[in-house]
Amino acid sequence: MKKKLLALLLLVSLLGAVLTGCGDGSTEKAPEDGQEPNGSTSVSTPANEVTVGIAQGLDESLDPHKAVAAGTKEVMFNVFEGLMKPTSTGDLIPAVAEKYEVSDDRMTYTFTLREGVKFHNGDTVAAEDVVYSIERCADTSEGAPLVEAFSVIQKVEATDDRTVAITISEPSNEFISYMTTAILPADYDQQDTAPVGTGPFKFVSRAAQDNIVLEKFGEYWGTPAYLDKVTYKIIENADSLMMSLQSGAIDICSHLTSTQVAQLGDDFNVEEGTMNLVQAMYLNNAEKPFDDVRVRQALSYAIDKQGVIDLAFDGYGSPIGSSMYPAFGKYFVEELSNYYTHDVEKAKSLLAEAGYPDGFEMTITVPSNYQPHIDTAQVLVEQLKEVGVTAKIELVEWGTWLSDVYAGRQFQSTVVGVDASNMTARALLERFTSTAGNNFINYKNADYDALFAQAQSSYDDAEQTALYKQMEENLTANAANVYIQDLADLVAVRKGLEGINFYPIYVLDLSTVRYVQ
Amino acid sequence: MKYAAKRIAMLLVTMVIVSFLAFAAFSMISGNAAEIMLGTQATPERLAALEKELGLDRPLLVRYGAWLAGFFTGDLGISISYKQPVGELIAPKVLVTLCLSVLSFLLIAVLAIPLGVWSARRSGGRLDGVRTAFNQLCMAVPPFFTGILLTWLFSTTLKWFTHGRFPELGTDFLGALKYMLFAAVSLAIPRIAMTVRMLRSTVLEEMQKDYVRTAISRGNDRAGVLYRHVLKNALVPVVTFLAQTMAEIVAGGIVVEQVFAIPGLGRLLVASISNRDYPVVQAIVVILAFWVVLAGTVADLINQRIDPRLRLGGGS
Amino acid sequence: MRRMNGYLKAGLLLTGFLAALIILGYFWTPYDPTAMAVGPKTDAPSLAHWMGTDNFGRDIFSRVLKGAGMTFAIALSTVAIGAVCGTAVGALTGYFGGVVDDALMRFNDALTAFPSILLALVIISVLGPGSKYNVVLALGIVFIPSFARVTRTAFAALREVNYVKSARLMGAGNGRILAVHILPNTMQVLLPAITIGFNNAVLAEASMSYLGIGVTPPDASLGYMLSEAQSMFTLAPWYAVGTGLVIILLVFGVGLIGEGLQRRGNEVA
Repeated sequence: MKKKLLALLLLVSLLGAVLTGCGDGSTEKAPEDGQEPNGSTSVSTPANEVTVGIAQGLDESLDPHKAVAAGTKEVMFNVFEGLMKPTSTGDLIPAVAEKYEVSDDRMTYTFTLREGVKFHNGDTVAAEDVVYSIERCADTSEGAPLVEAFSVIQKVEATDDRTVAITISEPSNEFISYMTTAILPADYDQQDTAPVGTGPFKFVSRAAQDNIVLEKFGEYWGTPAYLDKVTYKIIENADSLMMSLQSGAIDICSHLTSTQVAQLGDDFNVEEGTMNLVQAMYLNNAEKPFDDVRVRQALSYAIDKQGVIDLAFDGYGSPIGSSMYPAFGKYFVEELSNYYTHDVEKAKSLLAEAGYPDGFEMTITVPSNYQPHIDTAQVLVEQLKEVGVTAKIELVEWGTWLSDVYAGRQFQSTVVGVDASNMTARALLERFTSTAGNNFINYKNADYDALFAQAQSSYDDAEQTALYKQMEENLTANAANVYIQDLADLVAVRKGLEGINFYPIYVLDLSTVRYVQ
Repeated sequence: MKYAAKRIAMLLVTMVIVSFLAFAAFSMISGNAAEIMLGTQATPERLAALEKELGLDRPLLVRYGAWLAGFFTGDLGISISYKQPVGELIAPKVLVTLCLSVLSFLLIAVLAIPLGVWSARRSGGRLDGVRTAFNQLCMAVPPFFTGILLTWLFSTTLKWFTHGRFPELGTDFLGALKYMLFAAVSLAIPRIAMTVRMLRSTVLEEMQKDYVRTAISRGNDRAGVLYRHVLKNALVPVVTFLAQTMAEIVAGGIVVEQVFAIPGLGRLLVASISNRDYPVVQAIVVILAFWVVLAGTVADLINQRIDPRLRLGGGS
Repeated sequence: MRRMNGYLKAGLLLTGFLAALIILGYFWTPYDPTAMAVGPKTDAPSLAHWMGTDNFGRDIFSRVLKGAGMTFAIALSTVAIGAVCGTAVGALTGYFGGVVDDALMRFNDALTAFPSILLALVIISVLGPGSKYNVVLALGIVFIPSFARVTRTAFAALREVNYVKSARLMGAGNGRILAVHILPNTMQVLLPAITIGFNNAVLAEASMSYLGIGVTPPDASLGYMLSEAQSMFTLAPWYAVGTGLVIILLVFGVGLIGEGLQRRGNEVA
């Protein structure tokens, strides 16, 4: 009996210890009036580190050639570099390479490697590493190459220790933009879990569904990063993420919604960029009733883009009218955004013409992990009601979306954002040619195919740009999809931090982020 | 001792069934793991190669055997999404989840038993109805709702803990416990209410029994009888109930971990389920189930210490 | 008619009131629960909008009525599946006993080793997430073992009761004995179990929706709405608090009924 009492006492005292421990902490940490709450100033500044909140799981390999998720690429942008790398203005500058030359027949690219570029493991980048990295992505032994555009590569050759020559089968204006593909050390096989690159930050550790830690790479060839350490905190739950922002655990968080931004409080500045996504209600052009151009146009008239932006995004966002986003200034055709003005009557009469005077029922498939697309779809359903179209939202897991909608093309319509894997117009427009493997909307238009072929064979930049713009017009006029907007990218940055640059691709460059002196 | 051996044998049998159920269920899932892994880059050749690599082409029982053997050698397979050994992936998280469930369990045991006895002694009093109603109200609150309110109050407003900055268990154990305490409280509240209700009714039932009435009529102190005899007997079903509570704590923990951003097994489990990362899900499910079954076994053994008569019941 | 106690009365009153509102919600809501408006976004509760509006300007009270209806329907169907299948299993094993009993009960034990939400998660991932029917099915399956356990004990006990024995002597078939003689007498344990099951279903659905694998839009259950409300907690706390309170009241009311039923049972016994 006594023993049991003793045991009980022990339990109580243990719990007491925990409770008092908590009490102590609270008095210690309670912020005094007029002072900044701890965390932001007292902890972060001397340590010169930041915590970046990220709302994606990053449940995949960290190998930059295999990673698929946008979130992983976003993080790994700070760790890896290619021969070339993109700048925030959309240009390409040499990175691991110092310079390159193109042969007169436009078939051979000769890269000279920059002197003294080091991998995070201390090795110096040699020509064989470049050859290994390019060949790895061009390898066709298991089907399509890892980088599809590399199928044009015929030969990769190290002509000396610092020179690599790449020969391609046909001239291409965009080939150089694919040279942003990460350069990896040739004799290293742990890229999946402990990636090694040449970027301004090196990978330290990852805890699944918890965090990824990066550290400043001291021997970086270029302008070194300002921060010593970056911790990516993975919080997929939006509410939980907000609470971590408010509690002071997170310093930077991108891709926030307007609702989240409205709750941030005074500790944060909000920077607005664009997500560089073509958000649209993508229509399966092979499926009834969307095989009729009048129906697609009717839906385009039925939708009020600005209404979607106002209602679901508090006015943040840029309306678009074709498969191109504003940050791509060179190719973006602004007039197309207003091609279809919101007009319920016109939509109804087009529907009647197409044989649907009383509207029809349709399903909008939306991946369940992308709240902005779900919100958009909910508004679309309401807007479609006005023209008599009854739309039903079907939420599916991302994996199911990939297999059924994207690969299987078994869908009626879907609201998603399509981005460019590379900074080329081709990356956005090629997918709508009849034979493209990723033409998941089954768009078939002979003019469009012809325009694309013409653009590919043209080596005059201005002419090619004009052709790409015609392709965009073709998509708009035929209402290939119901184009909506390029989402606003809202980034919360704790006051005292600066240096966020927006890129026309989905990345967050942390090498320029610093504490204000 | 014999009883203990028998109980442990039962534990093993249950574990085999549990692990097979977990294994078979995930093998039935329609979405193909290889397809998910390849995503937009899937081609028939790559699919076939990957399926072979993952061993998905072997029969179910063979795979189960290999997997079970792996549990004893510490080889839980490779995570499909992370390409990392499952053991390595979940090891730091197992401890966090177990700590949370133990903390929450202690809260329940330490608070509910005195409260239950107190409530039984006050039974029939003026406020009995109000207490019972309050108890019912506590049971009605979803733990994650309490969690949201607690976070808002103690983190956002009072700054008692920093939501999202979970201290490392190994380096700052007390700090981690303090952080987890808030999650443990939100998990414990409805369970405390249930245990109190349970204890109250068993104590009252026991008080009606002849031996108690006799003892009291012989002039024994009412409170003395309560603590010396009644409580001992009334505790047996409560211990069993508390062991079952462990299952619910673990389940609730999966949800509450997300509210508090605690890096335990829950978040990895939910993510792995939607990624169809079987090796991770199977391992986590079996570990959690083992933990629950273990709690049940320990409860039985404790009960048998409290009331040795159960030894006969258990042996028959 | 047996005596109504205070708990039963209070519980029936509260649940009845909520049920009346829910039924009303099926036919009429103050506003269209899905209609969006640019004007009144995240407004605080007022006379026009009793529980305020959400980030789309939708009337929360109307949405709560619809959402509660969905929750109610899900919980009821879940309990129906659990109770019917569980009672069937419990009746068979409890009444006949033997090897089948042992095997099923061991299987039952193994199932209860899976924490309920964990088991529901596993089933959902087999069935595929994103459908309310799958949620009902998953939770229904999860609740079978507990109903089976409760009824098994009752059936096993009643098997040896005198009137059952005499019915058997009079030549009544097993089916008739089970349905006519035993089943009605198990109501005393079954009814409280149903109220507990109902509450567990409401809470489990809420948890699953919080994890993002429960009911999905455009359907909205209280659980889904609560998870939606959390992301705007500082902006519109009334959304989360209002929805949470309705869940609590619903569970509270049914819990009181259960308490009342159990006490009445004890008094009679």
